[in-house]
Amino acid sequence: MTTADLIGKIIQVVGGIAIFAAVVGLVLFLVDRAPKRGRDFIQLLAFLAPALLLLLAGLIWPAIRTTTLAFFSRTGQWIGFDNFVWAFTQPDALRVLGNTVVWVVLVPTLSTAIGLAYAVFIDKSKGEKFFKALVFMPMAISMVGAGIIWRFVYDFKSQGREQIGLLNAIVVAFGGEPVQWLQTSPLNTLLLIVVLIWIQTGFAMVVLSASIKGIPTEQLEAAQLDGTNAWQRFRNVTLPGIRPALVVVITTISIATLKVFDIVQVMTAGNFETSVVANEMYTQAFRANEPGRGAALAVILFLLVLPIVIYNVRVLRQQREIR
Amino acid sequence: MRSTFTRRLVLPIAIAGVAGLGLTACTGDIAAEDAADVDCAPYEQYGTEFDENEVTMAGTIVDAEADRLIASWADFATCTGIEINYQGSRDFETNIAQLAEGGNAPDIGIVPQPGLVALLAQNGYLRPAAQSVSDNVDKFWSPDWKQYATIDGTFYGAPMLASVKGFIWYSPSEFEEKGYEIPTTLDELMTLTETIAAEGDHLPWCAGVESGGATGWPATDWIEDMVLRLHGPDVYDQWVTHEIPFNDPRIVEAIDAAGEYLKNPEFIDTQSIVSTPFQEGGLPILDGTCSLHHQASFYEVNWGEGVNVAPDGDVYAFLMPPAEAGGDLQVTGGGETVVAFHEGDAIDAVMTHMSSDVFANLRVSEGGTVSANNGVDPENASSPLLQQTIEILQDPNTTFRYDGSDLMPGAVGSNSFWKGMIAWLTGEDSQKVADDIEASWPAA
Repeated sequence: MTTADLIGKIIQVVGGIAIFAAVVGLVLFLVDRAPKRGRDFIQLLAFLAPALLLLLAGLIWPAIRTTTLAFFSRTGQWIGFDNFVWAFTQPDALRVLGNTVVWVVLVPTLSTAIGLAYAVFIDKSKGEKFFKALVFMPMAISMVGAGIIWRFVYDFKSQGREQIGLLNAIVVAFGGEPVQWLQTSPLNTLLLIVVLIWIQTGFAMVVLSASIKGIPTEQLEAAQLDGTNAWQRFRNVTLPGIRPALVVVITTISIATLKVFDIVQVMTAGNFETSVVANEMYTQAFRANEPGRGAALAVILFLLVLPIVIYNVRVLRQQREIR
Repeated sequence: MRSTFTRRLVLPIAIAGVAGLGLTACTGDIAAEDAADVDCAPYEQYGTEFDENEVTMAGTIVDAEADRLIASWADFATCTGIEINYQGSRDFETNIAQLAEGGNAPDIGIVPQPGLVALLAQNGYLRPAAQSVSDNVDKFWSPDWKQYATIDGTFYGAPMLASVKGFIWYSPSEFEEKGYEIPTTLDELMTLTETIAAEGDHLPWCAGVESGGATGWPATDWIEDMVLRLHGPDVYDQWVTHEIPFNDPRIVEAIDAAGEYLKNPEFIDTQSIVSTPFQEGGLPILDGTCSLHHQASFYEVNWGEGVNVAPDGDVYAFLMPPAEAGGDLQVTGGGETVVAFHEGDAIDAVMTHMSSDVFANLRVSEGGTVSANNGVDPENASSPLLQQTIEILQDPNTTFRYDGSDLMPGAVGSNSFWKGMIAWLTGEDSQKVADDIEASWPAA
């Protein structure tokens, strides 16, 4: 790149921004001058149109296109439901769906349970902020970063060589034989799940802790006067009190889990029977050059996420009605 | 009032100034090379008048390799006045089909897999190669190479660089010390392996197949080498084009033959193969904890600084021997194909130049790689091994076959074959693995 190129590019950028500003200015000017009749409608349209257009181009059109792609073969021939048949019959593909189920069952339940327990135990304790920060920190690490960190933890070197993986170093220090953590199925899937739980527990803990603090002390005191023990208070006062927060946490983590890609891709790339839907979608579409199969998996993923989103919206709406 | 105004302006101006200064650092002002300093005789045939003298090119070649590539056409660009804009990206393979579909493909693509060339051609994204390119390929390459860029009777582009797989790396000093001979048949290779194992101080072989998303591919090279050597080029061709199924008894036999080395705990550390990165797979040769490592010619760059790769150096490689003594050399390998996505006289000129012996010699002289172009002078190669590689490729008695997994459909060649190898190395038997891969072969 020469200086002339650079100047040319800067002029392009500045020009682009200027044109954008001019167009926006013009639209605002015209909207302002719109005839009195139907002014509300014109203003509504002018302000909504950009967002709607972007949604159309960035979300709705790709969704339609992906769905149609799922019914075509690699060479562009219409093959009906063959890609879906493949997804539900091939042993490899079935394994992927099975793994995804294991992920979705374990990650939301365990990270919510651990996060909730942690939030209750450290509530009003000395140094609460410190303990919270400790668990919340993994949340700030990107999934790829977390994957790389944990890949080192699970690293394996054959017996007799120096173990650089923390877990195998411990095993060897206690006189055991090094284990191929990431290469042994089904143990490896569980070990990958641990990584996402490690990340998501912080999120669950912070949201639930805030919610617990929102429970009126009067209710807890009243229960105490009625002679309840701590477990009964937790079961009958705290839990119902934080139900909306629990729903949000569980659904959010469920969706994050369904979409999990980075951790699997970084740590095992879906090998050794650890692949999940999002990872296999990428592998099929971009590595195996089977965009139809990838699209079919994307559609399946979409259908799996949909009920969770609907449930979430419904619960939130009910809450609003109660209020 | 005035002061707030200035204060408001100062910061943005300062930021813009710093950013501008920073950006100028990115630019490398290169004085246009003076055409008078360059010998333009080899390029006169292309002329200097073109409808459009800017050509865009893209490929998987990046970093130092890309610099060498660009340097090797610099004279051509100066003499013809064609400006070649090369953009390298590691994601080229994954993106190119999408780019082409959206009409955003570059003029010329350097495609590293013939399977991908076929896919692009079948979807109608490629332009047939000009007659001058075809003539050059007839002249400078063996017919084996031309057929890989010919899809349904149409020829699409010339090969560029090449690599040879199926080298077996060893330590020349160890061989001399212990009196080992370089094997000339597969039986001798087995005998050598048993001899080293019997000495008992270390395992004869070492290997690593971990490669992120592509884990398993080094093992596919073993199978390809075995198929080609045990059953010959015809069966090999039928195998990669699916005329015979993947679980044909002959293929299973070849997998078993590779398994005699790779799955025998007396010959190799079977436990660690799948978790050892392929780049580190052969390094134990350097510290004497293994003697033999099967990997392509490009493994040369993995030995590290200060390691002398030479017939009398620290490490060197011999080609995996044929099944019978004195048989023709049979090698598997890889290479790129230069294809055009658009039409134009400048594009034709660039592609013709890149298929010529002039370009091949220039590129090989830049170092680090070889070309199968028979106009290349082996003396131009940058190391003894590369020189040997060129001689193997140019030998008329050499049967060259493209890396099989690169020729198979992506669903097999870059997915189920790799995964099958992982399953195989971690205990699955050959028949079951072959059956599973066969089941994954996409219909039509």
